[in-house]
Amino acid sequence: MLLVAGAAGLLIAMAMMIARAIMGPSHYDRILAVNSFGTKTVLLLAVVGFVFGRPAFLDIAIVYALINFVTTIALMKFFRYRSLAQPLCNPVAEEARDG
Amino acid sequence: MIYLPGLILALAAFWFALSGETAPLFLMLGALSVLLTLWLVARLKIVDRDASPYHRAPQMVIYGVWLIGEIVKANVAVVRRILGPTHAIDPVMVNVTSSARTSLGRAIFANSITLTPGTVTVDVDGDKLKVHALVRETSSAASFAPMDRKVAATADGGKS
Amino acid sequence: MGDVLSWAGGGLVIVGVALSVLGAVGVLRFPDFYTRIHAASITDTGGASLVLLGLCLIAGLSLVTLKLVFVWVFVMLTTPVAANALANAAFSSGHKPRIGAFQIVRTDERRKTPRGTDQP
Repeated sequence: MLLVAGAAGLLIAMAMMIARAIMGPSHYDRILAVNSFGTKTVLLLAVVGFVFGRPAFLDIAIVYALINFVTTIALMKFFRYRSLAQPLCNPVAEEARDG
Repeated sequence: MIYLPGLILALAAFWFALSGETAPLFLMLGALSVLLTLWLVARLKIVDRDASPYHRAPQMVIYGVWLIGEIVKANVAVVRRILGPTHAIDPVMVNVTSSARTSLGRAIFANSITLTPGTVTVDVDGDKLKVHALVRETSSAASFAPMDRKVAATADGGKS
Repeated sequence: MGDVLSWAGGGLVIVGVALSVLGAVGVLRFPDFYTRIHAASITDTGGASLVLLGLCLIAGLSLVTLKLVFVWVFVMLTTPVAANALANAAFSSGHKPRIGAFQIVRTDERRKTPRGTDQP
């Protein structure tokens, strides 16, 4: 019963995140909202798995947590460089600085 | 190469914890996935002392517990700002210097600051960090000194 | 005993969800992008930790608990990196934070910058 209430609360929080994603005003606000939405989705998957007595949902939650992270990094990289082919760091410069 | 056995052991244990299967077919598939991961890691060339901090594991656990306490305190502070009136928040950009020598220590410091609600690392340049903080009075450059000391002690082995 | 643990776990889940909702309220209320990151990190740290800890209490000791711990570790490792990437991308592309004294600055700035013009 408590878990069902928790799932409902998470859905409310997710709806608020969608509101921020629609309102913006900048791209960064939208991506922040989507990233936070993803974290709440992970929690919702875990809670719903317990509500239905199927903890296999947790595997999906793990995968979703990883996808959420990669999505945010890829979006940020794209907005910064306007391309996904750009290396995130320059290996030659890194070696020169560290070595 | 000295860190390879530890990595293989960790990957195998991780695979078993996620699957819990013992049938020969599944064990074979698990071994294959471990090998695939090892190939990817070898291509990335990231298996070095910084990426395998086993020698610092106990200190890291102690630091993690301390960090959880800090996160709890910061959570309470930020929730009060969320519920309070809008003009109660007073954000500020702080320049913080990290005393950690290794890049591992700097990464832990920057991520700890970001993980603590109310402070976000915006920019890292060498040992200079630019931090955006939600509350001016509790976020002077000196207020990051305890965390900096602990991170330096954890990652580099200095005195805490 | 098991009953007490599952009630305590349910209570922790509710508290964690309440923190998530509070974080969402903050994301809606706070005046600029950089302050909204702080509100979002409430959900990522406090909310996620309490919900997963509550589920751990309900699950008891098993592989399921271990998986919950993995989810927690992933969330704790990835969210600061994502938040840092966001803040750094915004800052280095010239998205200016509105430091201090929001109530006064905010209304004029709203009029000066039309919607969606602060992209890199």
